[in-house]
Amino acid sequence: MAGHTQPINPLPGVSAAVLVAALILGTLFMVALRAEAGGGFGPADWSALRFTLLQATLSALLSAGLAIPVARALARRRFPGRRALIALLGAPFILPVIVAILGLLHVFGRAGWVSEALGILGLPPIQIYGLHGVVLAHVFFNLPLATRLILQGWQEIPAERFRLAAQLGCEGLAMFRLIELPMLRRILPGVLAVIFAICLTSFAVALTLGGGPRATTIELAIYQAFTYDFDLGRAALLSALQLVLTATAALAALRFSQGEGFGTGLNRAIRRWDGGTPVLDAFWIIAAAAFLLLPLASVTISGIAGLFEMPALVFRAAVISIFVAAASTVVLLLLALPMATAIATGRYGIVELGGLLGLAASPLVIGTGLFILIRPLANPTTLALPVTALVNAIMALPFALRILVPAARDTLERHGRLALSLNMNNWSFFLRVMLPRLRPQIGFSAGLTAALSMGDLGVIALFADAQIATLPLQIYRLMGAYQMQAAAGGALLLLILSMGVFWILDRGGRWHVEA
Amino acid sequence: MLKLDDCTISSGDFLLRADLEIEAGSSIAIIGPSGAGKSTLLETIAGFRDLKGGQIFWKGKNLTTLPPGKRPLAMLFQDGNLFPHLSAAQNVALGLRPNGGLSQDEHQHVQSALVRVGLPDLGARKPAELSGGQQSRVALARILVQKRQVLLLDEPFAALGPALKAEMLDLVASLVAESGTTLLMVSHDPQDALRITRQTVLVADQIAHPPVSTAQLFENPPPALRDYLG
Amino acid sequence: MKHLAIAAGILTATSAVAADKPELTVYTYDSFVSDWGPGPKVKEAFEAECDCTLNLVGVEDGAALLSRVRLEGENTEADIVLGLDTNLISAAKETGLFGPHSITADYALPVEWTDTVFVPYDWGYFAFVHNADAPAPTSFRELADGDAKIIIQDPRSSTPGLGLLLWVKASYGDDAPSIWADLADNIVTVTKGWSEAYGLFLEGEADMVLSYTTSPAYHLIAEEDASKAAAPFDEGHYMQVEVAAKLANTDQPELADQFLNFMVSDAFQTIIPTTNWMYPAVTPSSGLPEGFETLITPQKALLFDQDKAAAAREQALAEWLGTLSQ
Repeated sequence: MAGHTQPINPLPGVSAAVLVAALILGTLFMVALRAEAGGGFGPADWSALRFTLLQATLSALLSAGLAIPVARALARRRFPGRRALIALLGAPFILPVIVAILGLLHVFGRAGWVSEALGILGLPPIQIYGLHGVVLAHVFFNLPLATRLILQGWQEIPAERFRLAAQLGCEGLAMFRLIELPMLRRILPGVLAVIFAICLTSFAVALTLGGGPRATTIELAIYQAFTYDFDLGRAALLSALQLVLTATAALAALRFSQGEGFGTGLNRAIRRWDGGTPVLDAFWIIAAAAFLLLPLASVTISGIAGLFEMPALVFRAAVISIFVAAASTVVLLLLALPMATAIATGRYGIVELGGLLGLAASPLVIGTGLFILIRPLANPTTLALPVTALVNAIMALPFALRILVPAARDTLERHGRLALSLNMNNWSFFLRVMLPRLRPQIGFSAGLTAALSMGDLGVIALFADAQIATLPLQIYRLMGAYQMQAAAGGALLLLILSMGVFWILDRGGRWHVEA
Repeated sequence: MLKLDDCTISSGDFLLRADLEIEAGSSIAIIGPSGAGKSTLLETIAGFRDLKGGQIFWKGKNLTTLPPGKRPLAMLFQDGNLFPHLSAAQNVALGLRPNGGLSQDEHQHVQSALVRVGLPDLGARKPAELSGGQQSRVALARILVQKRQVLLLDEPFAALGPALKAEMLDLVASLVAESGTTLLMVSHDPQDALRITRQTVLVADQIAHPPVSTAQLFENPPPALRDYLG
Repeated sequence: MKHLAIAAGILTATSAVAADKPELTVYTYDSFVSDWGPGPKVKEAFEAECDCTLNLVGVEDGAALLSRVRLEGENTEADIVLGLDTNLISAAKETGLFGPHSITADYALPVEWTDTVFVPYDWGYFAFVHNADAPAPTSFRELADGDAKIIIQDPRSSTPGLGLLLWVKASYGDDAPSIWADLADNIVTVTKGWSEAYGLFLEGEADMVLSYTTSPAYHLIAEEDASKAAAPFDEGHYMQVEVAAKLANTDQPELADQFLNFMVSDAFQTIIPTTNWMYPAVTPSSGLPEGFETLITPQKALLFDQDKAAAAREQALAEWLGTLSQ
């Protein structure tokens, strides 16, 4: 770290973290406050806890583990369509759950493409339902995110380091140990923690792919407590358990992800001199692309017919969704940038913990807590869209931090001393050094947030009324009204819009920036 | 006069004591074995490290608790002296106004500094588009507009070839002579020290010794320096 | 943000205009207010006769709807809650939030309706829906012994899922766990809600899906597709009756009564079959829409008394979890 003084005022970042933590814990508190006679933990809850931990751990390990060779292959190969492929790989992450489930099962289900292909060969269909199905679905959702984060780690290694290693004759395993392993040590714990936290709150995916009540997660128990049992005390207790689990994972990740940055580099385009094995790299890229893109292809195919059957209302919902996504993105950046720079000083790891809590918070708890909070002051329904935008931003915060923090840390390490010796004030350093240096990461995280917000049903279902609906809500409504084909069209529209905003923002961040 | 009054710098196993005075306007080389704490001494004077004990004065003013940017000194590091995303002219401009835009006059000022270091036409280029020597010149142009009374050089030219390095040192010498700046430069190479400084601070055995005449020091080196020179 | 404010402003504007007229707020489930549900037509028809504004607020589903009202308690904005079903009635009554009604109607329900608080507006039978050209089992026993694959909903998160639980319980009583044990290898998966299950069925993931006897009517009437059928089961079929009630604390008691009366009138009841795809509680004078006559009519209607439903649910849920979690 650059000595004791730093050109960053951590106060805004710490304040943002406090705000986020207050919102998450405050809503939980509001729910707990309304609890009547509450039930404690039963044996069913313990088995739900066991299953939740098991599937989240497996999903995180497998997603991150598979992402390493894929990211490595993408980092060192150049081929036509590489950028488009990387952008497309982000798509599963932003699909509404129900659409993703249908897409996945279209490929891997009992009547899916894979089973059909096996049938032609005279083999029985694959059995997708079970723990392996849950993990498969979670890898489908999270592999792209893990790949992007790790790929970013690779791209942040200064070209000079590869040059030096190449000069030393390092190849393959030696290159991996010398340069790549330290980078992975730094990046992986955070990636694992984020995916673990996402999978902790899985509900519909775990249940559907898990094949039955064996695949009960804590989030399902929370839902049940909220709706069928109206046991707010139990809901708050279970939600607190989720928060504790996520906080534990986050603290472990913070502890293990400490490591040195890569020092100074001069923005040279990355070029690598180690050959690697092109065949193996090609295998990883093709396998990952097939695994992630086939379900998207099925979503596209089943959506095309529906695109022309959609009522105009769906387009109205699409416009509303775009506004919500834009607002979420603005809120996200206002929170994430100060937080990332505060974390980069190395002294406020706790800020990152505050950010990660957003993932663990059950949307139901946040939504209900906000509902209780807002109701005495205003009609919650009129605030449906701002609240949705805010909650979506908080849900996206952990991802944005994972993206922004390493680059913010490097920027501070590389340029903090010089800025101090020039007597740059905190604001100038932020505006003139931090922001320009972080532009690719800002673009990436803004794109991710916008897309995520676009596809997330979020809390809108708790607040919405007849007149206002986001695109995901409208898709659910279509399905609820038997209109599966129009819903498929809506899903395709959503996919196109989400990918569109993601591509524009991510590309915008990288414009004229070589890396 | 720069006065290091009974200063103690320590971090972990590392320890360095300095109790010395440097005349304003003089040029001082800092020489010593690797790891003895030459860079650490400069970083401490610049304010990047806290003192364990003692105080630092410049012309009677106590600098000890001032943040780096508020100290009347400029520093060039071993690397990372330029922001890669800013053009040469923008980098120089930061020396004049680290927190705001430039007036017309100030633009002129930046341009003349670039001219002075021999880069009249390269203001629009980014560091990655400049050679190593040109990058050093941009950094020096910024030092020029900063107009600080003390200049600290932590081997910023170490990566340059001998001829180029000599050229840079001569440029530094002429710049400090013009402005009466006090110069402290870390050096590995006795030739560099002899080239532009009269006096030398020897850093060895956990002590930064008071400055002595560079020529005399090399004629009759103490044991620590003798080991280092080989 | 600015546009968001505008969007929010549009909402406030609509309620501001409404302030001139008396306003009746009805909480209901989301698919009722959806543009494809009964909501828009109901609003239009009621406003035409009441000189008031009907404000429909959608909440996810019946269970979430009751939670919302309990959360808001006596200060709730709602004048009417529409969309609870028979399984939720006893829990709803326990809250003491609902007031009695004075509606009389000639109900077309297969069971007698005497409840003094809740007024039924539609009903249906749960049933397994399958492709008409494929053979279907005629009882749970036959289903459990065969190898037909089914998709069901989770009774902890979905109304049909809970209905199936009570259906098996009402049919087999203490033998329900053994039926579930034998059904285990027929169940492809259990979904969170109806939409997921029905979507998967249409994708071909299973031979049958838990839905309603009226589901084939949608395909027949809206899509002119006669390929779906509901399988009649010898044990009889469990019923779902959907009900509404006014809040005891409503500040619009007359308007609320007027709405409940409207609800059992032809104007409302003719909207129900082809928007909610359920049977109307009172058969409209024009009869049922063409196509409904093709639907199966169960020999026996099963329904727990509302006071027994809660206990039956608890026991059946424990048995279900115990059997299927192994």
